[in-house]
Amino acid sequence: MIETKRVVVTGMGVVAPEAETLQEFNEILYSGRSLIRHIDELEEYGFDAQNGAIANPEIDEKNELLRLFEIDLTSDFIKLAVKAAYNAWLDAGLPLPDPDSDEVDFHTGVMIGGVISGIEMLVKKVIPIVDQKRPKRLGSMIVQNTMPSGASAYISSIFALGNHALSLNSACSTGVDSINWGYHSIASGWAERMVVGAADAYNPYSWAGFEGMRVLNRSSNDAPEKASRPMSASAKGFVPGSGAGVLILEELNVARARGARIYAEVLGGFSNCGALRGGGSMTFPNREGVIRALKSTFEVCRIRAEEIDYINGHLSGTMADPFEVQNWYDAMQLKDKAFPYINSTKSILGHSLGAAGSIEIIATLLQLQHGYVHASLNTEDLHPQIEKLIGRDSVPLKRVDFPDMRIAAKANFGFGDVNSAIILKKYEE
Amino acid sequence: MNKEEIKEKVISILKKYTRREEVWENFNDNSDILNDLKINSARLVDIILDIEDEFDLEVDDEAMDHIHTINDVVEIIAEKKAEKKD
Repeated sequence: MIETKRVVVTGMGVVAPEAETLQEFNEILYSGRSLIRHIDELEEYGFDAQNGAIANPEIDEKNELLRLFEIDLTSDFIKLAVKAAYNAWLDAGLPLPDPDSDEVDFHTGVMIGGVISGIEMLVKKVIPIVDQKRPKRLGSMIVQNTMPSGASAYISSIFALGNHALSLNSACSTGVDSINWGYHSIASGWAERMVVGAADAYNPYSWAGFEGMRVLNRSSNDAPEKASRPMSASAKGFVPGSGAGVLILEELNVARARGARIYAEVLGGFSNCGALRGGGSMTFPNREGVIRALKSTFEVCRIRAEEIDYINGHLSGTMADPFEVQNWYDAMQLKDKAFPYINSTKSILGHSLGAAGSIEIIATLLQLQHGYVHASLNTEDLHPQIEKLIGRDSVPLKRVDFPDMRIAAKANFGFGDVNSAIILKKYEE
Repeated sequence: MNKEEIKEKVISILKKYTRREEVWENFNDNSDILNDLKINSARLVDIILDIEDEFDLEVDDEAMDHIHTINDVVEIIAEKKAEKKD
């Protein structure tokens, strides 16, 4: 693959609980404030794990452009994605199109992923109506609001984007993969600009599958802020979340030509699959796959592991965390340099499934921009295996100021034994 | 229910599917639902479902093909209502 074009991040949009602007989101990360709450509805539905972090999918009544499309929008997944894309678009300083114009921007594409899109419509509408044997009563809006590419379709429609409009799904790797594939679209010359990211909405029907697997933390209903405990000895399962993260990626010269503010450069990334071999399964990674994915990422980005200043891990708060840290450690093979800082944004936001990677990439970019590593909450009792391997100092219990941070690594690992990583670098001419 | 009453209800249903308030500033019985009111053609089936609920009747797919204007909708409803009484 010959890819010579440089790709930069020029816009970010996030929809997280209590944070829909970058400033709000940065303040939450900077102060290390947990967004995890007790969700009464989960208790009513009989969940043993009753905590979550839920972002608001509703579109602001004053948003004139999005209101035009809202009459067709019934899916919370698409609403979250559209809101984040709108925020990213404005953050990048791009002009809003005239909805009545036929002008199309054929150089800008969309790649928005999501793991469990539109399930609420299937459960509440499609199943009861079809079971009543009246399928015509479904009307016209079911397909476009449940198809996985629905978010990309709406976003291309809202912003008049004419390059490819695709959706990508790789379980909990979705967010990183969408951004990596957006990078490739630009680096290979297919597109000049990409709207990339992922969203996942709250829904008891979607979260129930994880309750059924017993992978959610069921022991902290009275202390929601203590429930998400990545890397701790007392981690007892993840805390589900919802939200969306969307980036605007641009080819460097395109960004420069319009005088765009550049947050960082995407050096590249890599993803693979452990093929459910070598100890790998649908829910646990083949160690060789993970190590190869990380090593290949360093290789394609032409960086040495020693150059990495900070790692934003997948680290969801399950028994897999010490294995993840071990895999990073083995892939990096650091000799003289200490292990870099590593934290888990999920300790603050929970695990928003497909959206997690995109939101965590935005968290990584904000830390790179503002020069700090946020606290990895609830690591007072750091897992002894992790402490032995990388030392207490690599895992910040409190925020660490780090103005010289240059290179950050981000990875996610998902069901289906998939592994994805990306490298972000402070922009240097 | 006379045609004026039917029309009033039809308009309130159509309003749910128009993206812009402006289309209602200047309309008449012969306004075309797709071209003048700028309603997405896919939404016609949703409008019919609302009409079936509101007026307690059934509109078959063939009748739907003949709907273009506000007046077409009113006429079909009036016709179906009359059939029902017979």
